[in-house]
Parts: sequence; C-alpha cells; structure tokens
Amino acid sequence: MLIPKNYANQMRSRILVKVVESFYKDRFESADEIPIEMRPKDYDSSRCCIYKDRAILKYRMMAAMGFTPQEETNEAKQLKDYGKEALKRQNHAKSCLAVIDIACSACVKSQYMVTDACRGCFARPCVMNCPKQAISIINGRSHINPDLCVSCGKCLEVCPYHAVVKLPVPCEEACPVGAIRKDEHGVEHINEETCISCGKCLQSCPFGAIVERSQLVDVLNLIHNTDKKVVAMLAPAVVGQFPFEINQVVGALKKIGFDDVVEVAAGADVTSKNEAAEFIERMKEGKSFMTTSCCPAYYRAAEVHIPELKPFVSNTKTPMYYAAEMLKKEQPDCVSVFVGPCLAKRSEAEYDPNVDYVLTFEEIGAMFVGAGVEIGDCEQAQFAKVSSAQGRNYPLSGGVAGAVGNLVEGEVEFRPERIDGLSKENIKLLKKYATKGSENNMIEVMCCEGGCIAGPGCIALAKKAARQVETYVAQGVNQKDMK
Amino acid sequence: MEKIQVKICAGTACFVMGAPQIQALEFSTPEDLADKIEVTEVRCMNHCSQGKGYNKGPFVEVNGEVIEEATMEKVITKIRDLIAKEEEEKC
Repeated sequence: MLIPKNYANQMRSRILVKVVESFYKDRFESADEIPIEMRPKDYDSSRCCIYKDRAILKYRMMAAMGFTPQEETNEAKQLKDYGKEALKRQNHAKSCLAVIDIACSACVKSQYMVTDACRGCFARPCVMNCPKQAISIINGRSHINPDLCVSCGKCLEVCPYHAVVKLPVPCEEACPVGAIRKDEHGVEHINEETCISCGKCLQSCPFGAIVERSQLVDVLNLIHNTDKKVVAMLAPAVVGQFPFEINQVVGALKKIGFDDVVEVAAGADVTSKNEAAEFIERMKEGKSFMTTSCCPAYYRAAEVHIPELKPFVSNTKTPMYYAAEMLKKEQPDCVSVFVGPCLAKRSEAEYDPNVDYVLTFEEIGAMFVGAGVEIGDCEQAQFAKVSSAQGRNYPLSGGVAGAVGNLVEGEVEFRPERIDGLSKENIKLLKKYATKGSENNMIEVMCCEGGCIAGPGCIALAKKAARQVETYVAQGVNQKDMK
Repeated sequence: MEKIQVKICAGTACFVMGAPQIQALEFSTPEDLADKIEVTEVRCMNHCSQGKGYNKGPFVEVNGEVIEEATMEKVITKIRDLIAKEEEEKC
C-alpha cells in the first residue's frame, strides 16, 4: 500500500477544506471557481493538462458534496447546483466508494513480465517450471505469452537473475476481497455487493482516482441551517489525531456548532463487558474460539466472503452502537454524528437507527480549517461521560482483545491472537480457522493494519497517534475498578 | 556543527493540510541527516494569518527559512542545501 505520505491524500484534505470554505462563503454560489483557482492557467498540471486536472477536481468536489461521479447525468451541471441539491436533501445519500473513471489511469492488467535482465540462460527454469507452457524464447530472451499466463508467479520464483517482475494494480492488490475489477477498457469499477467499505483502494490508488460520498455538507447544513441539536460522538482513535489536548478538540467541536460531544470509548466499555460475558459463555459451551466483531469492515467481510466463520464471530455490538443507544436514550431528539477514522462505519450506520451521520477525522479537520477555528485557541471542554483505560485502548491493534481479557481473567482460559490488518492472506488464515479450528480462543480482527489509528479517515501519522493513545490509556482507570 | 532546526507547524490548518506527512521525518530520517537535524513540532507560527493564508500550508521552518506548501521532498532538499552551504563556507 502507498505510504501515507503522498500528494493524492493531501489533495483529498484540501478539497474538503475548499468545500467547507465555499459553504461558509456563499453556500456554494461560487463553487465552480474552485477547480480553476486550484489549477490556474500557468500551473504545472498533475496530469496531461490543467483542463483534465480541473475536470477531476470537479468530481472530487462532487464526492465531497455527497455525489459520486456515476451520478452525473448532465455534464453541464455546475458545482453550484450540486451544492444546492446537497443543501436541500433531507437524508444523506447511501455511503459508497466509487471510481472517477477519467482519473483512473487504467493500469496494465496485473501481469508478470520478463525484463532486460534476462540472459536467456541454458537452464531456463522459467520455461521448464511454467505450468501453462506460456514462456518461450524469442530473440534469445524469455517471453511470456499473456494469453496463456495465469499469473501464478512460478517464473518469478525460479529465475536465477531475478529478471521477472510483477506489475501490480495497486487498488486490486490492496482490496482484500476482490471487489474492484477492470472493465473492458481497463478502468476499475467497485462492486457494491461485495465491497466491505474498508477504503484500502482509496488509500492505495497512486492516481487518487477513488472517492467516497461524504456527509460533510449534510452535517454543516444541520448545524447552521436548522435548529436541531447536533451531537458529535468521538471515536476513541481521536486521541492523537490533532496535536492538542483532547479536551481542546472537544472545545473546538463546540465552537464549530456541535451542541454536545460524547466519547465513544464509553460505548467501548459496554462492548468489552458484553463481549467478555459472551466469550465466557461460548467457551463454557465448548466452542473452540471466538472473534471480535467491532471492526465493521471485518464484520461485513465475514458475512459476505467468509460465511463459514460467521458462527465464530461475536454477536456483541460495536462501541458506536452502545454509545449511540445511550445518547438517544438521554437525548431522543438530537441528531447523532459519529466522528471516526473509518469509512466502513458509514455502512454500519446505515443499519443502526441511532446513528444519523458519520464523518471522518479528516472531515472534521476540514471543518475546523474552513471555519477558521484554531484548536489551540479553544477552551477546554469535558466529555459528558468518562471512559476506562481499556475502552480508550480500542483503536490500537490488541486493544479490544486486551479489554476482554482484562474482564475474563480467572473465569476461563484466555489465549488471544491478533489479526492485524485484513489482507488476502489473513482472510485465507481465517477461513482455515473456521474449518480446521484455531490454537487460540480469542481472535481479534482489525481491518486496518495497526488498528483504527491507521484508518483511511485519519489525519495524523499512525506511529505518533499510537503514542498519544498510549498516554491517554495510562491516564484512564481500569474498567474493573469502575462502577 | 550545530544541528539544523526543522520546525514543523502543527497548528490546526497546517496539520490538516499535511504536516503529519512531514513529521515522518522524526521516524524515518535519511541516514546521512540523522545527527544533523533536530525536528520539532511547534504551535501555529502564524504564517497562515500573515497574508499567506492556510492554502499555502503546511509551513515548515528550516533554520528560520520558511517553506510554503511544504512536503518531505522540499524540506529534505532545503536541509541538504544548508549543509552544502555550511561545508562550502568551511573550506
């Protein structure tokens, strides 16, 4: 996967800021000037020309306003009109990841290729080991016939000169479930039925061609154009996402118009408690293992792609679910906005009547910048509910299993294992566990490698954020000692 | 030789506009620069409010010289330039 240090993801943040700014400036009246302002006449273009750059920027802005490129029926429709339509809609559009077809560079179909390093040797292990007889010698060098090649990679393994390379398609390589595929023109498409909304394709595309429908405008509209009470539910991964005290971030959220801010880590405490009880029950029933359920991308992957694993997945709900349930019990008329690192949470929220909107850290970051709020200047504000140390540790790989382990100690044997990142290999491993059993009895699965602090909606560097989460965990109280 | 001071602005705007990507310097410093630079995260240096606007962010200061729309690449080039200059002066 692409390292988080690249121009494509920087552009995403910039676009979000521009959209927020345009909302405050004139409710999108002059939004069509933005692509031009960002790529003026004398600018070095990122692609073939500034005009294509501008066209792609328009699609990015549409996505930030909640429309996918596929929803464009009239090419002449202006951003101003998309903006107005976004402000009129009562419910946000269904979340989804989509490809900007003109931005997709249609990478060559994943294949193996023999490079000039081939010496046309006498041993010719590539020819001999190819199971499809796809390799022949042309002009004294090995050549792979693409029509016969099945991309098994044997030739790459056996070449003594390392002359064979694999040309990857980054998004297809990153997608753990094969939900993104090329059409006959080589352009990628996402299958909504099989997509688990993990966002790995979005993070990995070197052309930044993948976007997702944002709910940013919907939330801005609720805050500023209605008198509804809007409450932000902050996911535990928020600690470390902004280089300020967490209480200042709470203050900043209030300054941009959220009426209240609750900590989802308090919901995590309920998840730990229920999951621990469920674990004890399942182990006493003689089940071989149980997996966690709070990562929505993994939960959906198990449902759609690993059905044999389903009986082993915990039935306990996620921290978001419990936090939203508590919130709606106390304030039934409020609009709840979950704020987190995760794109799959948007899909989860669609099945949760208590969660009305989902934003990412990147999106609230854009709201701060667009509204001109400096977090460092904000008053410190407190969370309504205080969470335990274990609840705060959820966003780190190992955190969920750790929280459950803390509560089952002494009741049943606890042998945890972490699946840190839902890769194709780890899906195979989970399938094996489902059919052949596992040595360990508690399997924690996190789709993002490193945990939620490395989610696609994060701003901060995962390593740095992890340190801050650890500090915040250390300040918390053990859940066992809480009432 | 005194260490080159690299100040990465961690004000809200610079942070959202990409400062964390430059903070990677703290974790993966090029080997030849490791003992020559000191990277610090600083509060808003007010470059954004002094006419330049946050659009020009993230801002990074290398020995007091301001880099606009900073990227890892730009910062490292600036550091290498400064080192080269100092070595020249020595000769």
